[in-house]
Amino acid sequence: MLKPLVFIASLGPFAWLIWAGLTGNLSANPLSDVTNETGVWTLRFLCITLAITPLRKLTGWNAAIRFRRVAGLFAFFYGTLHFLTYVIADRFAALDFPDGMVAWTTVRNLAKSVGEDVYKRPFITVGFTTWTSMVPLALTSTSGMIRRLGGRRWNLLHRLVYLTASLGVVHYWWLVKADVSRPIAYGIVVGSLLAFRIWLARARAAVAPTRRLHTDGSSPKREAVGRAK
Amino acid sequence: MLIKPPADIRSSEITDKKLYLNRREFIRATTGTAAAVATGVIGAGAFLRAATPAPHGRRLENVGKSAFSADEKVNKWEEITTYNNYYEFGTDKDSPSMLARNFKTEPWTVTVDGECNKKAAWHLEDVLKGQALEERIYRHRCVEAWSMIIPWVGFPLSDFIKKCEPTPKAKFIEFTTLYDPKQMPGVRSPVLRWPYVEGLRLDEAMHPLTILAVGLYGEVIPNQDGAPLRLVVPWKYGFKHIKSIVKIKFVEKQPLNTWQESAPQEYGFYSNVNPTVDHPRWTQASERRIGEFLRRKTLMFNGYGDQVAGMYSGMDLKRNY
Repeated sequence: MLKPLVFIASLGPFAWLIWAGLTGNLSANPLSDVTNETGVWTLRFLCITLAITPLRKLTGWNAAIRFRRVAGLFAFFYGTLHFLTYVIADRFAALDFPDGMVAWTTVRNLAKSVGEDVYKRPFITVGFTTWTSMVPLALTSTSGMIRRLGGRRWNLLHRLVYLTASLGVVHYWWLVKADVSRPIAYGIVVGSLLAFRIWLARARAAVAPTRRLHTDGSSPKREAVGRAK
Repeated sequence: MLIKPPADIRSSEITDKKLYLNRREFIRATTGTAAAVATGVIGAGAFLRAATPAPHGRRLENVGKSAFSADEKVNKWEEITTYNNYYEFGTDKDSPSMLARNFKTEPWTVTVDGECNKKAAWHLEDVLKGQALEERIYRHRCVEAWSMIIPWVGFPLSDFIKKCEPTPKAKFIEFTTLYDPKQMPGVRSPVLRWPYVEGLRLDEAMHPLTILAVGLYGEVIPNQDGAPLRLVVPWKYGFKHIKSIVKIKFVEKQPLNTWQESAPQEYGFYSNVNPTVDHPRWTQASERRIGEFLRRKTLMFNGYGDQVAGMYSGMDLKRNY
């Protein structure tokens, strides 16, 4: 019951953009609005995705794991819209069309224009890397792929999302001309969510040796006991 | 006899045990608060809504035509008054249209200072007394790669400069925007160094294309567009067009304009529209005309090269961006 609701709510920003665009509720530069909004929603969904684990650990509400995949896929969805808006509104719209708009030269020139921009401008390079880093995560998000990869390898691969979120913040920071208050806010949220994981890993490492004492039946080692305190 | 060595640390410097035991609590609470505030910031303004255009103002009388006007389709009043960069009233494009609504522009004084014979504080009425107004339809190119066609009403800056009688030492003009934290919520945060400062070389300032604008669409200029007096230099990027001017100072040395001070590798003093010199983060070769989908090729000096290129002959425009 909750899952379809979450799905519909996650489509809300997309629906809102379309509605606002059609009814003239965007600014005088609607393409810039679409670019900004899809970018910011990508970051918001990345934050939600990263918040699921801390939420489970802190509240014990383990069922929250059910929403992690959908949140991650929506981050990819908005990230892809963001990338496509850039390709169309920024790159395609600036092309010359020597053979008309529908022509092979258009495809070739567009690919060249995107490639050059990604190569030349660090701000775009970071943005493109952010989006690219989500592709393998989206592709391996199905239950079949989890099984095929095996839990351990899948988990390792999906730690890539830490990089995605960090690069996303850098990309946003870079965009802003002077007022960095919003990028700072994203930096704090992503930073806290990542710090929680470091803290969690440390806490686990600290208790791990004691657990081993109970399971392998060997005699306790001094240093292990010492670290277990 | 035992001589006790003095303690290395004075007891007053030792952290109270209670505080020490609470440090984790403290770190947790601080982190929690910061994260909560940050979450609030990123959640706020989650949904856009359209801004309200400026209310219409008093009609200006006896406005003449000008041969300098561009023969292009003019942008709408709604576009020109809802899509503004005016950081004194917030950094979002639509914030000036909301936050400048009650900005008080009467009475208005412009102080003239520096290397000139007629240093004075001018009332705006006196600046405009006997001054013929003209409509100038200009191309406006923002450094962010968007553009508009704007029907300004104003008068040549050179008319006013002549009244001030600059001395031979005057090589540049430094302009300053009003700084009023009571009326301008944007200046309460240090996103730029306030007040906003811009500058022109004297020959640029004397050029017939350079105007002081007091109107838009034949009406008194709306607050979000720089009321009551703003600079328009159509071959330069929009941030040179300083708004709500309260001070004009004739100086010998090149002034340090606000954006150059903020990010010198991105914004220079000259800031002439130049499709061959990119902004580090985006191209300046093309621009989006507000209201259009396909981007236009940006023109050298914003298409005013015939009139202004001579002022820069022999100058390396890649270095003097």
